[in-house]
This record gives sequence, C-alpha cells and structure tokens, in this order.
Amino acid sequence: MKKINLAVIASLLVLAVLPMMYSLNANAADKETVNSLATLRDHTPIDVQKEPNRIPKVINKDIKQGRNYPMQPPVIPHTTRSYEVNKYNNKCMSCHSRHRTEKSQAPMVSVTHFMNRDGNFLAEISPRRYFCNQCHVTQLDAEPLVENTFTDMHSLMNEKSKAKSEEH
Amino acid sequence: MKKILMIGWKTLTKPSGYYSLGALVIGGFVAGIIFWGGFNTALEVTNTEAFCISCHEMENNVYEEMKTTIHFSNRSGVRATCPDCHVPHNWTSKIARKMQASKEVWGMIFGTINTREKFLVHRKRLAQNEWDRLKANDSLECRNCHNFDYMDFTEQSDRAAYQHSTALASGEKTCIDCHKGIAHQLPDMKGVEGW
Repeated sequence: MKKINLAVIASLLVLAVLPMMYSLNANAADKETVNSLATLRDHTPIDVQKEPNRIPKVINKDIKQGRNYPMQPPVIPHTTRSYEVNKYNNKCMSCHSRHRTEKSQAPMVSVTHFMNRDGNFLAEISPRRYFCNQCHVTQLDAEPLVENTFTDMHSLMNEKSKAKSEEH
Repeated sequence: MKKILMIGWKTLTKPSGYYSLGALVIGGFVAGIIFWGGFNTALEVTNTEAFCISCHEMENNVYEEMKTTIHFSNRSGVRATCPDCHVPHNWTSKIARKMQASKEVWGMIFGTINTREKFLVHRKRLAQNEWDRLKANDSLECRNCHNFDYMDFTEQSDRAAYQHSTALASGEKTCIDCHKGIAHQLPDMKGVEGW
C-alpha cells in the first residue's frame, strides 16, 4: 500500500513539474526571437550589465531645423550647458526675450508665451511657459533609434491634388 | 609716557656699542630672508583652494556650485582654482586684494553668510563686487588663461566667433560683460545690463 502511495505522489509531482519546466524553457527560447525591438539595451540579457553607449555631442550649429511632428516646439540648435532657468534667472531670455532680440538676433519667443490659460496677454512670459526646457530641447548628434515617417500636411495635400489632376 | 617713548627712540638712534657692524649687517640680512620669506609663504598658503574652502561658507556654497561647471571638470582636465580667478596674480594688486579681504575675515568671524539663506540674501552684492573688479581690470583674471591673441575663431561656434571678433576685439565689451555666472550660480539678475 505504502509503495503505491509513493508511486502516485511521485507521478503527480512529475506531472506538475514537467509543464512548468517546459514553459520556462520555451520562454527563454522565445525571448531571443520575439523581443527584437531596438532598445537602448540592444538585446543584452537581463543579468548582464550593458556597457553604456557613448554620449553623443549636442548639435551646436545654430541652424534651424524642421519639425519632426505636427506642432513640435522648435528644437534648440545650440548647446545650453549650465544655462540657468530658475526663480531668479532665465538665461534663455537674455537673448530670446522681446527686448533682447535686437542685440542678439535670436528668434523672439512667440506671443503665445505671454498668454495665460484664459488667453489674456501678460507683460512678461507667462509662468506656465517660463521653463523653456519643458518643451524646447537640444538635439544630439546621433542616429535615430526609430525611423520617423512623419509627412506634413502640405505634402499630403500636394499629393492629393496631384492625384486628382491626373484623374481628369 | 613721553619718557618711555624717548628712551625707545634714543636706543634706536644710538650707534651700536657692542655688536660688530658685520654681525648687524649679516644678522639683518638673514632676519630679512626669514621674515620676508615667511611672510610670502604664509601669503601663498592663503592663496590656495584648500585654504579658501576651509570655511564652510565657501565650501558649501560657491565650491559646490563650481563642481558642475566647465571650470572644474572638462575634457582636457585643466581646471581653475579659487585664487586663479579671484586673486590678482601680480604682487602689488595681490596685496591690495588681500587687504580688502580682511573684511571677509570680519564676515567669517561674525557669520554674515554662515547659512545658505544669508548667503543668497547677500549674493547679488557679492557678485556685483566681483563683476565690478573684473570690469575695471578688463577681465584680467580671465585673460591670464584665455588669451585673445591666440583664439582660433574657426574653432569657435559661429555665434561665439562673431561676438569675439567684433565686440571683444574692439574692446567695446570685456569677458565678464557676457560671461557672468560661468563658474557659480547667478544671483537675481533683475536690473543687470544684458539681462
């Protein structure tokens, strides 16, 4: 009787454990193939410390760049290392504010930056637009991880009108 | 009182009756070396960063702020220490600045800026002192390292090359006019020209 009991327990154990082992193996195999999205870790196994990529340089050419998606805030074409933007100062505004652009020849902040949330114009930059780097950022000299397929509305409209004129 | 002074004066003016002229001359020479050398050595000790940041006012405020800037850490590893920018390098101006600094000793003893809050209250005035000093000597302490004659404009960004070859070259502006707050955080810049 005892022997039969042991055999039953052993077979039950095998039945319970085997599928678990199988699924573990299957998962490990899947990860290599399924997880093929490009990431900063580049398929480095989870238990391995990846050697970090080199930090690319900030683009500092002062040449304005096109937008990468609709309504993108213009990107900053110069370095902003140690530019202070805090409750005392706004270094960006020492060139881009209304009364400094004549001297600096930098683009002036747009009029929307003076509007509060009710649409009223203030004398100074609105507090909600004060921290430039919340929206405007510098660009790094690096290859994009994911290709951008954005097409602006003007190109779309041009294509459509071209197609129409060809129909007629 | 007058009598004591007269005794002192007479001793000083009387010719030496005991020591030989040679001993006095050589003794004076050696004593001169010791005192003058000692003075200059002590002066140089006060002209080191270790001395500056031995006060917590300097270590916790301005030194901490400087650590993040390019004058502390950069690609070539050349860095500026406190006296490189804040103490003139030629002797007479250095002594003049050191005498002014006696007021800073007063401030240290009486705790004028012994908390961060007090420091921030005084920050505008302290910064203005340094701006005025650098404006007056045409940013001499900047130019001890950054020599205009050897600047390669082609290596600079377009904006920098333009400003340096016009405003700086003509002497209309000096370094500190544009490069404020390059090594420490800025005070409230309201009312400062160019802001």
